[in-house]
Amino acid sequence: MTAPASTTTVDLIARFPNSVSADARPGYAGFIVNKESLLEVATAIRDEFGYDLLTAVTGADYIAENKMEVVYHAYKTTGGPGLVFRVQVERADPVEVPSLVGLWPGVDFQEREAWDLYGIKFTGHPDLRRILMWEGFEGHPLRKDWKEAFFEEEAKPFKSRWPDGQHSYVEFKNPFRDNLNFPKDFDPEKYQPENEKDLYSSLERFSTQTEDGLKTDQIVVNMGPHHPSTHGVLRVAVKLEGETIVGLKPVMGYLHRNHDKIGERNTFLQNIPYTDRLDYFNSMSNNFGYVTTIEKLMNIPVAERAEYIRVIMAELSRIQNHFIFIGMLINDLGSMYTPSLYAFEERELILDIFEAVSGARMMCNYFRFGGVARDVPDDVMQKIKDLVYDRIAAKTDEMERFLNENEVLVGRLKGVRMINAEDAIRYSVTGPVLRAAGVPYDIRRADPYSIYDRFDFDVAVRYNGDMYDNYLIRFDEIRQSLRILEQALKQIPEGPINSQKPQYQVRVPAGEAYGRVESPKGELAYYVVSNGKPNPYRYHVRPPSFVNLTAIEHICKGSKIQDFVALLAMLDIVMGELDR
Amino acid sequence: MYGKGILKGLRVTWNRFWNTYIEDISWLLQGKKRYYTKEGVEHRSSKNTRGIFTVQYPEEQLIAPEEFRYVPFLVYDEGAEGKKEVRCTSCGICAKVCPPQCIWIVRTNDPNTGRPIPQPAEFYIDMDICMNCGFCAEYCPFDAIKMDHEFDIASYDRNVYNLEKLLKPASYYAEIRPLNYAREEEARKAKEAAKAAKAEASASA
Amino acid sequence: MESEKLSLPNYNIPDDLQNVVAITTLDRLYNWGRRSSVWPLMFGLACCAIEMIAAQASRYDMARFGMEVMRPTPRQADMMLVSGTVTKKMLPVLIRLYNQMPEPKYVVAMGACASSGGPFKEGYNVVAGIDKFLPVDVYIPGCPPTPQALIAGLIKLQEKIDKQSIKKVRWYQKGKTDANYVPMPVLGPDLIDVRRSAEYKAAAAQKEGAE
Repeated sequence: MTAPASTTTVDLIARFPNSVSADARPGYAGFIVNKESLLEVATAIRDEFGYDLLTAVTGADYIAENKMEVVYHAYKTTGGPGLVFRVQVERADPVEVPSLVGLWPGVDFQEREAWDLYGIKFTGHPDLRRILMWEGFEGHPLRKDWKEAFFEEEAKPFKSRWPDGQHSYVEFKNPFRDNLNFPKDFDPEKYQPENEKDLYSSLERFSTQTEDGLKTDQIVVNMGPHHPSTHGVLRVAVKLEGETIVGLKPVMGYLHRNHDKIGERNTFLQNIPYTDRLDYFNSMSNNFGYVTTIEKLMNIPVAERAEYIRVIMAELSRIQNHFIFIGMLINDLGSMYTPSLYAFEERELILDIFEAVSGARMMCNYFRFGGVARDVPDDVMQKIKDLVYDRIAAKTDEMERFLNENEVLVGRLKGVRMINAEDAIRYSVTGPVLRAAGVPYDIRRADPYSIYDRFDFDVAVRYNGDMYDNYLIRFDEIRQSLRILEQALKQIPEGPINSQKPQYQVRVPAGEAYGRVESPKGELAYYVVSNGKPNPYRYHVRPPSFVNLTAIEHICKGSKIQDFVALLAMLDIVMGELDR
Repeated sequence: MYGKGILKGLRVTWNRFWNTYIEDISWLLQGKKRYYTKEGVEHRSSKNTRGIFTVQYPEEQLIAPEEFRYVPFLVYDEGAEGKKEVRCTSCGICAKVCPPQCIWIVRTNDPNTGRPIPQPAEFYIDMDICMNCGFCAEYCPFDAIKMDHEFDIASYDRNVYNLEKLLKPASYYAEIRPLNYAREEEARKAKEAAKAAKAEASASA
Repeated sequence: MESEKLSLPNYNIPDDLQNVVAITTLDRLYNWGRRSSVWPLMFGLACCAIEMIAAQASRYDMARFGMEVMRPTPRQADMMLVSGTVTKKMLPVLIRLYNQMPEPKYVVAMGACASSGGPFKEGYNVVAGIDKFLPVDVYIPGCPPTPQALIAGLIKLQEKIDKQSIKKVRWYQKGKTDANYVPMPVLGPDLIDVRRSAEYKAAAAQKEGAE
């Protein structure tokens, strides 16, 4: 378990005595910054104190205190604990907070999300549109006084299920007989749907240039949401000058499944299976992040054997994720199927292990607070050892032989610029993309959680920041994961697998926690606020895909349209956690 | 030389292509059946698998591990004369712990006293909401609800299972999860023995 | 020879014509043709899509059922495998894809989410069951259905196709040319199903507590 983020090293109050105060609420840490001086303080945090990576921006609605809050989590790319600062504003209309997009362009989408779901207006944001819902949607869903159509009760478990639980479809309880909620006296026949003028006007405009008497026009191409190479239901509006991308806006929300809102109604335990469905390739990593966060809040130890099991599962998950990444990337580049079929073969073998220990291939629901759900039987342990010692390394080599010198692949990837180190940090990019740009930032090393400080491994890093490096770093990471696995399999002790008694209702003391893990795609973090009740007051997922995608416009500008699909594949997004 | 890398890669595919036949022949020489046998499927799911990887469902099936879970079912013990002794006491823990709240339980009340009887009058699980998380089975204190191995349950209509459809005998449970079943039976017997010993001690005292 | 009896599957062929003619019914021929080449639309929504891909990959290999040709364009697809949560924002796209598919067309709701909203049913952006808009042929429970469960569901679909009659399938009915067309829903303050707008208007008028 990691130590709670310490902020004592930073004397922000001495620097800004008038505009910064310490957060004195029990269970909370960090500083409260005056709204007016937020920009000034944030600049100092970045430039003077060296917290150059702003990983998370999220809203919270404290309706009882009539306040809205925006919470910022900043870290140093050189490692170490983070800094939490927040802005509190009256819950009036409109709620306004200065935007930090000028300091950290990486907050772009996160601020738009806070606007969409909380209605917090970020003044100075150049393109504040709804991001997950559509323009014209009624209300800001994460506000505590906003109720959805199928609202039953404030918190689970619902009383209608037991002891007199006659089955009925929830549709019949709603006046519109479906998952719908219209304002009073709404007339669908007279309704004029909003068009997507805002989206297209947000694409940078270029005046049509005439060169040598040649008139060129720019065209807007829409890719997705139904497109085989956007990794799900992502849509991108691309503005093209010939074949060169001059502007690009992703449109998302096509898989927005309301994890945050449902998570605030679930009990703490009930959220674990929901986290499986965020990044559906890596349910083990998702579980890991969530239970780490809640354990931080509960302040409980984790059983020693369970720590090792967790690491083993998380690293196996990373290996299969990277295999799939390689297969899918090659698929996107046009070499249909053969490499991805090879990749899927290894993935199936790893999923067999997940199935044997947790019961399900993809949605493992395996971690519990204080440990894991059940022990790994000896025969499965043997299977893991077989794979780690005998198979995966050889198959990684085979994959390298198969692809890495292929002239077509190298020609496609080498020298295609992706992102450089400074921009990657400014855009809050994390994970392999950041490391391929030359920043050796890996949370397992920079801010170790669980027992990663016990293992001997290198942070994979490459320096060119082009697509080929981004591709090769996945192989490096598989190798490092294998190193960790070999050590973990040797060191794993016998013993109990949970430090707590199995219980379906856990008591979580009031307070907030921000727990982060290095998921295969980058920094996966959970921001959870508890008020002592059985369900979280605020449950926010900071998914790596979503924040990494903020940089896509910067990455793609100036590239050719045919490289876009490959550049997008390099970010390794998965819609489940991107849209949540 | 341009094209060397491609050739190197093609060698991999070449090898993998022939591996299937090499394996086929080696199994043939050993006098073992590679397809449509448990042994063959097991080998294809092991670290030594090479060549063909396909498990030809429905003719052959992957071997489900004991912990495999699909949808929940209710366990009943077979009493005398085929009477179904439902283990469920309608305590409601599964309905409370269920993350998507897809379990509905009606508790039985004694018609005379109006007091609850530990038996469900009705039990519904909406299989179209169930997320197969396995919490209900994990937290059930009476080993009454368990996760099924049967996945062949597609239908032409929506699926809301009622008590009748959910019930399956304990022998079926013992068949799909032998280790768990043995462990639970042992624990139950130990508990009963302790209870009996206690009763005896209090009777003799 | 009574011509009606020819269509019965157990019709006895005279000895001298054995091995010379084979008789079948048009229905059986037609069904056999369709069931053996159900081309799915290459269309993934959420978690279930990954299991769909896994079912296409080497271990489960849907090619054994003539279903390996995933078509990215709806114009060439026979089956829409709704693999995952359908959100309100996605629904118009989904309906458009369905309308663009040529007949015969089948819809399989894979997993809990597509069948009824699943674990995310209570969410504000989730369509509680794709069957409210599209005629679903097979429902596959599970979250997500394992590739084997998916294949079992697709075998169920093949069984269903086997039982269909060319005279009764909805896309060859006279005067019902729009039977396969679903009007596009509109994204307003919430999702507007244009077929039900009068109903919405009445319910909205009666709604209490106007804001």
